Amino acid sequence: MIELENVAYSYGGGELLTDMTLNVAPGSFHFLTGPSGSGKTTFLKLCYGALQATSGHVRLFDRDVRGLSRDDVAILRRKIGVVHQDCQFLDHLPVTENVALPLTASGQDPNGVDANLKELLAWVGLTGRADALPPELSGGERQRAALARAVIMSPDVILADEPTGNIDWEMSQRLLTLLVELNRMGKTILVATHDLGLIRAAKAQVQTRVLRISNRRLQMAGADL
Amino acid sequence: MLKFDERADRVVPPTGFTARLTLFSAFAMSFLAVFALALSLAAGRVADRWGNELAQSSTIRISAPAGEVATQTEAALRVLRTTPGIVDASALTLDEQRALLSPWFGADLPIDDLPLPQLIDIVETEEGYDAAGLRLRLAAEAPAAVLDDHARWRRPLIDAAFRLRLLGWLSILLIATAAAAMVTLAANAALAANAQVIAVLRLVGAKDTYIASAFVRRFALRALTGAAFGTLTGIIALVLVPSGSDSAGVLTDLSIQGIGWVWVVLIPPLSGLVAFAATRYAAGRVLEGLA
Repeated sequence: MIELENVAYSYGGGELLTDMTLNVAPGSFHFLTGPSGSGKTTFLKLCYGALQATSGHVRLFDRDVRGLSRDDVAILRRKIGVVHQDCQFLDHLPVTENVALPLTASGQDPNGVDANLKELLAWVGLTGRADALPPELSGGERQRAALARAVIMSPDVILADEPTGNIDWEMSQRLLTLLVELNRMGKTILVATHDLGLIRAAKAQVQTRVLRISNRRLQMAGADL
Repeated sequence: MLKFDERADRVVPPTGFTARLTLFSAFAMSFLAVFALALSLAAGRVADRWGNELAQSSTIRISAPAGEVATQTEAALRVLRTTPGIVDASALTLDEQRALLSPWFGADLPIDDLPLPQLIDIVETEEGYDAAGLRLRLAAEAPAAVLDDHARWRRPLIDAAFRLRLLGWLSILLIATAAAAMVTLAANAALAANAQVIAVLRLVGAKDTYIASAFVRRFALRALTGAAFGTLTGIIALVLVPSGSDSAGVLTDLSIQGIGWVWVVLIPPLSGLVAFAATRYAAGRVLEGLA
């Protein structure tokens, strides 16, 4: 599904990531941890084709990203839902239109899936905030709206970058419950976080694999996690 | 790319400054284009008129001592009557010569006291006559007769009118280029200001063509709107320009006539097309840069 083979990434003359090899199997739940600035976000960007590896191969759904055009990458990205720490919304559009954005951008008619959209907003607990603009949402609401947007195309993979970074413990548990639910529905989940409490809470509910970026390399985390 | 898509159009936030700049540029450029077009069309009409009216007429001037003028005139008329390509030739009467001179010297000109040459007006057939051959014959039979086929002073006038027409079209080309440059700048500014919007659209799997078309549609429609108002205002201004007489020249005959209206009607859609191409170019460059 997502496959990295001896991947390295350099920026500004320095190598940020090196010799990364990973095979994310369908239906798996991965955590990626490591100190701030270790390259977790860069790693995730490599996983959804937002960045090109300096060397090595990144394969998304059995296709090497290096040989793909930007439009091909865009089409592949529709199979990967992404939740960012800062969420990134179009602030002039209400929540419903932001959540439906992947449909609009892929040329589908969101009116045809209005029922699903309502169901999705109810699932993330945002029914009452459907017409609110993103700046009017709390941190937790923004994260849930971002998750709703990430799953509206029914992607095979969900990538989340520090999804609980700006929200309180209760809200992060709620978000984790949603991610676990998605994993139980067969979705592949990869979450970059330095929130060890979140990882432990997830391990109590679902089988997970924890990876760590240390000294620019990818390692399996120790048994303490 | 220009297909109307309300939801797709909404992904780009309204941007006041670039919207106003595009609207104003399209308005001003179309207004100027109407005048440049009118100037070019008027110059074309004048060139055609001078060409057609003067091409089929010539004059013979007879400058001889008073006692020989009548003989030389008669000899010249005899030559003209037997020259192929000449429909009619007649010596101007004193009254006719007075009428010709009155715009410069007034109606009460004592023409009898002036040593004026006798003029013979020649009307040609469409094919015209052999000017070189006629000159040779006149030199032999009426040496005081000088043939003026108007080419000497008609050609510079026609050339000037032609250059004026060319200048008009060149102005239109420059106006279109300036409009394209302004729309490109406005589109660049809008795209740069919306880098975050582009990042979000890419995150959710939007193709570059989708992102570009959202901007391209908006700018093309703004340019079309501005150009429609600019063209309309230009037409109204042209109508308000006082028209000249039948013999009016370029500056007093700036009206749009006949087929010219087709060009005027084409100004707004062509402006939209220029904006479409300029924005598409700008979007392509910016999206490439943000990749």
